[in-house]
Amino acid sequence: MTSTAPDSHATEHGLSTAGYVRIALILAAITALEVSTYYVDFGWLFMPALMIMMVIKFVMVVSYFMHLKFDNKMFSWLFYSGLVLAVGVYCAALATFKFFG
Amino acid sequence: MWFTLDNLATAHDTHEDAAHTSTGLSNVKLGMWLFLGTECLLFGGLISTYMLYRGRVGTGPRPAQVFDIPFTSVSSFVLLMSSLTMVLAVSSAHKRDDKSTNLWLVITALLGATFVGGQVYEFTAFYNEGMGFSTSLFSSSFYVLTGFHGVHVTVGLIMLLALRGMLKNNKVPGSRAETVEMIGLYWHFVDIVWIIIFTLIYLIPA
Repeated sequence: MTSTAPDSHATEHGLSTAGYVRIALILAAITALEVSTYYVDFGWLFMPALMIMMVIKFVMVVSYFMHLKFDNKMFSWLFYSGLVLAVGVYCAALATFKFFG
Repeated sequence: MWFTLDNLATAHDTHEDAAHTSTGLSNVKLGMWLFLGTECLLFGGLISTYMLYRGRVGTGPRPAQVFDIPFTSVSSFVLLMSSLTMVLAVSSAHKRDDKSTNLWLVITALLGATFVGGQVYEFTAFYNEGMGFSTSLFSSSFYVLTGFHGVHVTVGLIMLLALRGMLKNNKVPGSRAETVEMIGLYWHFVDIVWIIIFTLIYLIPA
């Protein structure tokens, strides 16, 4: 009983070791795809593909490696509030320079 | 039998702080997530500044002339893999496997040091190609953004090495698993910031 207890406790805090390795392999594959956009002409898909891949990698690390998917929602609110404010700052700065720069 | 003394001790260590707060959540963890939320604002401002100034190169070299994408891709891969080793350290800490925790922490620190070494090499190469800190608005905003990130990785490295020393000497205050997890959260944060920097700064041409 004692030998299985730590495993079940670890599962409460996220994935198994194999699960984390799978996530890392997916992240590595997405990174390889991202780098390929530098060498291969993706046409009009270039920008949207890069942005989507960036967001997928970001969400995967935050959800699985940082355990936000398994943790209390309060932590998600705290983090994503900061992130939304940061994106707001970027949009406001960009708009200011576009219209008044 | 569900509960053994070992089980109870682990549960007590991990949730000790959380049980005594009005929210039922660990104050340390709450504070760390709040800190990471404010860090988003810091890097949001720096990334915005770079995106606005990256076209203003003056007489200095353009981004496409100095960036070495294959080299930076390898650096990015190294930092990404350090996130895997960090999460394995956290997982081992929750399992109370000190040997594995130490091993994964050391590997994470080595990967982080490789990344920082790569950044120092990259900065030196850029400087030798005529891109100084004050050469142009592009170079200033680039060095400030990537430099701030590099400082964050270096601080993370110091924390990893200090944590390893504290674990070895059994001097970690409070829950060991939670302490490893908090440093893990910081480490993953520097990784997600690099995910954004790599795409927006290196892969999307000015």
